[in-house]
Order: sequence, then structure tokens, then C-alpha cells
Amino acid sequence: MDLIWRFLVGGFIVSIFAVIGDLLRPRGFAGLFGAAPSVALATLALTVMGEGKAYAATESRSMIVGAAAFFLYTIACVYSVGVKRMKAPVMTLSLLALWGLSAFGLWAAFLR
Amino acid sequence: MRIRVELSALRRTQWHEYLIRFLLGGAITVIAGLIAKGFGPVIGGLFLAFPAIFPASATLIDKHELKKKRKAGIPVTLRGRLAVALDARGAALGAIALAGFACFVWRELPGHETPWVLGAGVLLWFIAAVLIWRARKLHVYLSRHRRKTSA
Repeated sequence: MDLIWRFLVGGFIVSIFAVIGDLLRPRGFAGLFGAAPSVALATLALTVMGEGKAYAATESRSMIVGAAAFFLYTIACVYSVGVKRMKAPVMTLSLLALWGLSAFGLWAAFLR
Repeated sequence: MRIRVELSALRRTQWHEYLIRFLLGGAITVIAGLIAKGFGPVIGGLFLAFPAIFPASATLIDKHELKKKRKAGIPVTLRGRLAVALDARGAALGAIALAGFACFVWRELPGHETPWVLGAGVLLWFIAAVLIWRARKLHVYLSRHRRKTSA
């Protein structure tokens, strides 16, 4: 039941931010909503209810590292798609590996 | 540059494209929760900043731009890729603000009410993202102006 609730809340919040991003122009401004704290909002609210505030605060601290990896990921997307003109769907998907490497690299360097 | 709302964008997006983003958002929220349960909150927290729907949104932007150009009789275009790059640049600035959101929640959550902290965190994210975006625009404008005056 917890997983279904998590799925619905997460899907709803992510969709709301995605629609706001669709509606706004210029494109560069709308892009800000691609990095909205949508998954975090859904997860943290439910985590506080289930595991408590200290647990959710620890997750938030790790999220700083995840956001740094997100930054690196988007910069790589700008370079590969905007400068090198590579295919957008392929690059945005395959560069998720860079997000993973950066996130775990930064975790090993600062949080381990 | 003025920020505006373009309601016609809603008509361009098909229902299954909304559904895909809903499913992806829900799935990554569940996965983040399961990872936190299995590996603890330190590893689980990393996934709160996972680019959940960015690839899906980028694919949609690329597809819509391509469709628009094909309708206008232009079969091959790089416009979609440039639009995706612009979107990604915006997301990069948003990611800086996202780190601010995470830092705020980490510091304030233990001592305050959860709805207040999350609400204030989102507001802080939005204000920081807009300010960073504005600062970047101003920087680009000033660099161009300086180049023009020195030429």
C-alpha cells in the first residue's frame, strides 16, 4: 500500500512540475523546472511520516551531492546536444550513467 | 527577456506523453524509496536528485520541434537539438537551486514542522532558480555590450 501511495504522489508532483515547464517560455527559463525538487517533495513528505525527521534530513544531505551530479549531467547534455549536435534522446538517456558515476563518486569522496 | 505562459503548448502535448511522465515520476519515487530501504538514507538520498523526467521531456521537445519544421516543409533541422540544449542549460541552473533546497531541508527539517520546511524549501528553490537565471542573462547581456563598445 505504501508503494502504491508513493507511486501516485510521486507521479502527480512530477507531472505538475513538468506541465509548468511545458507552459513557460523562454525555453531556458522553462528548463529550470526540469530540476524542480519534485521527487524529493514526494519522497521526503512520505519518509517523515514513516521513518521520522532525522532519517529524512540525512536523505536531504545526500541530495546535495545528487544535485551536484545533476548539474554535471545537464552540462554534459548541453555540450553533447547543443555543441556537438548529437541526438537528444540518445544522449539524455545515455548520460544518465554520468549522473550515476558523479553521484557515487561524490558520495565516496564526501559522505562515505 | 520576458517570461510568458504559452497555453498552446498544452494542446501540442498528447495524453500519452503526460501519462509517460506520470509513470516515470511515480516509478522513480518508488525506486528512491526502495533504495533508501535497502541501502540506507545516505545512498537513497542521492536519488532524490535523479534526473527523473529530463530525458523524457528532452525527447518530447526534440519531437515537437521536428514535427513543427516538417509541417513547414523543412525535413531536416537542428532546431530540436538546440531547444533541448537550451532546456538543459535551464535545468543546470535549476540544479544549483536544487542543491540549495536540499541544504535548507537538511538544516531546518529536524527543528521545524515538515509542511513548513518543504513549502519554504520549494519557494526558496524557485526564488534561487529565478535569480540565478536572471544573473546569467545579465552576465550575457553585459558581455555582449562590453564587446560591442570595445569594437
